[in-house]
Amino acid sequence: MKMIKRKYIVCIVMACLSLLACKKTGPKAAAEEELLDGPVEGLSGQEKEQFLKGDRAFNNDIFTKENGLGPIFVANSCGSCHAGDGKGHPFTSLIRFGQYDSTGNQYLDFGGPQLQNRAIPGYNPEVLPLGARSSKLLPPANTGLGYLDAVSDADILAMADPYDADGDGISGVANWVHTPSYCDYRAQSIERNGKHIGRFGRKGAAYDLLQQTANAYNQDMGINSSFEPIDTYSHSEVDPEISNAAIHSVVFYLRTLKAPIQRQPAKVESGRQVFTSLGCETCHKAQLKTGDYKIAVLANKTFYPYTDLLLHDMGPGLDDGYTEGSATTAEWRTPALWGLGLSKNSQGGNYYLMHDGRATSIESAILMHGGEGEKSKLNYQSLSVTDKNNLIQFLESL
Amino acid sequence: MKTTLLLILILSFTKNFTQSDSALFKRVPADTSKMKLNMDAVYNRPFLQAGKLPVSLGGYLEANSSYFITDGVTDGLSFQVPRMTLFVASSIKKRIKFLSEIEFEEGGKEISIEFASMDIELHPLLNLRGGIVMNPIGAFNQNHDGPKWEFVSRPLSATTILPATWSTAGFGLFGKYAHNNFVWAYEFYASNGFDDKIISNAQNRTHLAASKPNRDRFEESFNGVPLITAKTAFRHRKVGEIGLSWMGGIYNKFEDDGLVLDKRRRVDAFAIDFNSVIPRIKTYITGEWCWVLVDVPGTYSQQYGSQQQGGFLDIVQPLIKRKLFGWENSTVNVAARLEYTDYNVGTFKETNGTISDHIFAVVPGLSFRPSQQTVIRVNYRYHWQTDLLGNPAARTSGIQFGFSTYF
Repeated sequence: MKMIKRKYIVCIVMACLSLLACKKTGPKAAAEEELLDGPVEGLSGQEKEQFLKGDRAFNNDIFTKENGLGPIFVANSCGSCHAGDGKGHPFTSLIRFGQYDSTGNQYLDFGGPQLQNRAIPGYNPEVLPLGARSSKLLPPANTGLGYLDAVSDADILAMADPYDADGDGISGVANWVHTPSYCDYRAQSIERNGKHIGRFGRKGAAYDLLQQTANAYNQDMGINSSFEPIDTYSHSEVDPEISNAAIHSVVFYLRTLKAPIQRQPAKVESGRQVFTSLGCETCHKAQLKTGDYKIAVLANKTFYPYTDLLLHDMGPGLDDGYTEGSATTAEWRTPALWGLGLSKNSQGGNYYLMHDGRATSIESAILMHGGEGEKSKLNYQSLSVTDKNNLIQFLESL
Repeated sequence: MKTTLLLILILSFTKNFTQSDSALFKRVPADTSKMKLNMDAVYNRPFLQAGKLPVSLGGYLEANSSYFITDGVTDGLSFQVPRMTLFVASSIKKRIKFLSEIEFEEGGKEISIEFASMDIELHPLLNLRGGIVMNPIGAFNQNHDGPKWEFVSRPLSATTILPATWSTAGFGLFGKYAHNNFVWAYEFYASNGFDDKIISNAQNRTHLAASKPNRDRFEESFNGVPLITAKTAFRHRKVGEIGLSWMGGIYNKFEDDGLVLDKRRRVDAFAIDFNSVIPRIKTYITGEWCWVLVDVPGTYSQQYGSQQQGGFLDIVQPLIKRKLFGWENSTVNVAARLEYTDYNVGTFKETNGTISDHIFAVVPGLSFRPSQQTVIRVNYRYHWQTDLLGNPAARTSGIQFGFSTYF
């Protein structure tokens, strides 16, 4: 009898083990709207393969001194700063310094424009030069960048109101930047005095994702490419440490990362109305559309990023003392709000918002708005508790 | 080199096949008359001997299949032969022994001499060992043979915090003192050590095992400073064994051609291990906990932790021990393993928040041993892996099936 019982126990345990391991009962994938990573829908098989190549290069390639890291650097992989393709953590922040007006960077001979605060053994990392004004920047999320890349320059300029012609207190200007020679201008790209509209980076200083990527490899990891061959340590041109193909794969990956999906929009309708009534949408434009684009699934699409890709003066509280392109020290490119509610999942369970992560809640981020955002902030402060909660719930649903 | 080793392997297989029909080979019974400790693992293996030849042969093979799912994504079912190991031992002369272990990993993709030493026994308390020694850090590093374990995968703390299996060229002493039910033992070795791969590797974390691929350690030290490994163990016949070990040295190249490149940076690993059998119910319990301290340059990334810790606890309960399927004294065991590894103990300078980068795993399993030298095992594994920042854990579950057998 005792032996029979044992046999039963063995059989039951084995059956349980088999059951537990099968796909249906294994750990489930998070719902698509709970994740920031993953490709846009509709890619061809070949495009999916290229996406995976870029995904691996972005998330799996770890640089060491043997394959080119440094000697001075900020991080040793792309994924180190962009966990789950979401916003960064204060640990992964970087510092730019030395450029406080339109005269250019005064500290290029002292390591500007970016502080490489880490170094491989045997080398000294950079330290902030005495007197240099600096800006701490948290890595932004990567999601939906292809959509932002595909917006036409004309549409961006149509949202600009540099002289506040409508008198709403909101201006909004494009960041006109000098572009590196390797940039491949998008169709109908608009030029002014040899400059083009930048749209990536906290102040919109990068023209496109190729510039953003090549610059990140060079400035963040000390990895030189044929696009950015000047070594951050020696300040001299060195042989490429990464292939053009790898860079292009990462660029393709960034272009084709899906846009965050709003969660339960019907339940946050009242919050959305509060958002509009406060005037937030003047800068955080809910809806944009893409133009013609080299990746077919991204062309001529309507999407919901909550940004206008323009620079706005955010007042003295957010003046970081650093300029890029035509952006002044208090000007910031409106950050896209999509994915805001999922930020905590890439920031170790906490919110670190605004350009430097100093806001640890959505409310504190709202209260840091000044300058062109001052009026909306005051409107928010006068809201009832219910409306405030509804607004926060709406923002968390994005 | 590979060809020669493969030839030895084929020849050894051929002889093994013939031994079943011939009296040429005989099995050398393991010496069970003395109290065995973990340090005796290299002796405590089944060997085959041809006639009166002074050379004994042995080894083991592991083969598995696994099916894992991580957060709903699976690579499907796969089959592995993680290793086949060949032992060659010889009594050269009275109290002079040669022992070796050659491992063929992943179907021969990597071939390595894990252990090849000469032991000279002067006195039970004073024996000399030299060659490629298996550093006695923790218990698993020395006692890693697949057929001895009820689990398909090796413990993470023993392989990814401690670098099992880790061996280097060196020399040392070992000895044992036994009295009634009690035995005390020690080991002490000076050997070549680690290199700076431990903080500069594709794992993106402090990883002692990143030095393993560097075969140069079998012919020269990376920095000229010996790695010291010391272990002491106590065993009581009725209670069990406890071992305390330490391994430490300089891992970086601080000087080259007379020029000082960097300060001397230490790596130190500490471990405590134990094993015991609960009388009457015969529950076998074994475990190991380790700590690793690394002097990571302040200029380097916090991604590479200066402190790591982790361990595992195995509980194995025999359920049935009798003749099964025609095999005398077969055993069916139910087993469970708990594992924890924390690759980066500490807090972020920027936020004072805890650095995560840890894994917690639970592994229940069943094993069938038609003999003590062969184990057929099925494990279910569930683990939670949290990244450096402490974001929601990646959850993995899977089933592993396989066998491991001495031959």
